[in-house]
Amino acid sequence: MRRLFTAAAAVMFAAASLAAQAPKPTDPQIAHIAYTAGVLDIAAAKQAIAVSKNKDVLAFAEQMVKDHEAVNKQALDLVKKLNVTPEDNDTSKSLTRAAEAKRTELAKLSGAAFDKAYVANEVAFHKTVNSALSSVLIPNAKNGELKGLLQTGLKLFQGHEQHAEHVATLIK
Amino acid sequence: MPGRILTAAFLLSVSLWSVPARAETIEIEMTNLAFSKAVANARVGDTIVWVNKDIFAHTATARNGDWKVTLPPGKSGSVVVKKKGSFEYYCEYHPNMTARLVVAEKKPPKKK
Repeated sequence: MRRLFTAAAAVMFAAASLAAQAPKPTDPQIAHIAYTAGVLDIAAAKQAIAVSKNKDVLAFAEQMVKDHEAVNKQALDLVKKLNVTPEDNDTSKSLTRAAEAKRTELAKLSGAAFDKAYVANEVAFHKTVNSALSSVLIPNAKNGELKGLLQTGLKLFQGHEQHAEHVATLIK
Repeated sequence: MPGRILTAAFLLSVSLWSVPARAETIEIEMTNLAFSKAVANARVGDTIVWVNKDIFAHTATARNGDWKVTLPPGKSGSVVVKKKGSFEYYCEYHPNMTARLVVAEKKPPKKK
């Protein structure tokens, strides 16, 4: 139970820092945050692929790897084309710290306990990123193409959130 | 030349003759995590082709479980609709992608 609170606190902390970041993030920072969110979700999925034996969880994790790799490849192509260098920032750092803490916590689990915790965190993680995308990143993006990619990213992440919610119902 | 006219006449007669039975193909694109037609209309016997233009895999899955088409990025897939009715369908990987397929009965044969 305490662990759950710690995880919830970490997610809330990351969300709060996304919302409270001042001054407003620049395009190089926005690109870095969106890219980092994808990288973190791929790392979480790879942990699930290594640990889980549940076919629904495995299929979901494999889809996360493919989808986030595809969208991050697009993001890299775009920043190259725009000549923008993604810039590390406090939001990316706090997202990364929260994800690392979660990974360490999940590493202690196995079987259905792992599956449940992984999928619950996928729901929470995608919710955090979606709220950041819609309330901070998309409104502050200056470049039209970057904004467009973030909007696609939002639809993708919203889809993943719903899919994760569905997978959660399949774990016994 | 006469041969060509005859061929044309033959094709025309065949096509006229086959009008009542001819099934149509309805194309629906998947672009930017959305189906291009929120509602598509078809008749029993028609072929529905989904063309996935996204860089992500998608499915077109009927909510009632009647059919499911899996589409890797850049690929297309189809079903022939066999029942009339209104079918809600969605992408299993991105359940926020939803659309509807309304299937009417076959056209009644025309009088010749």
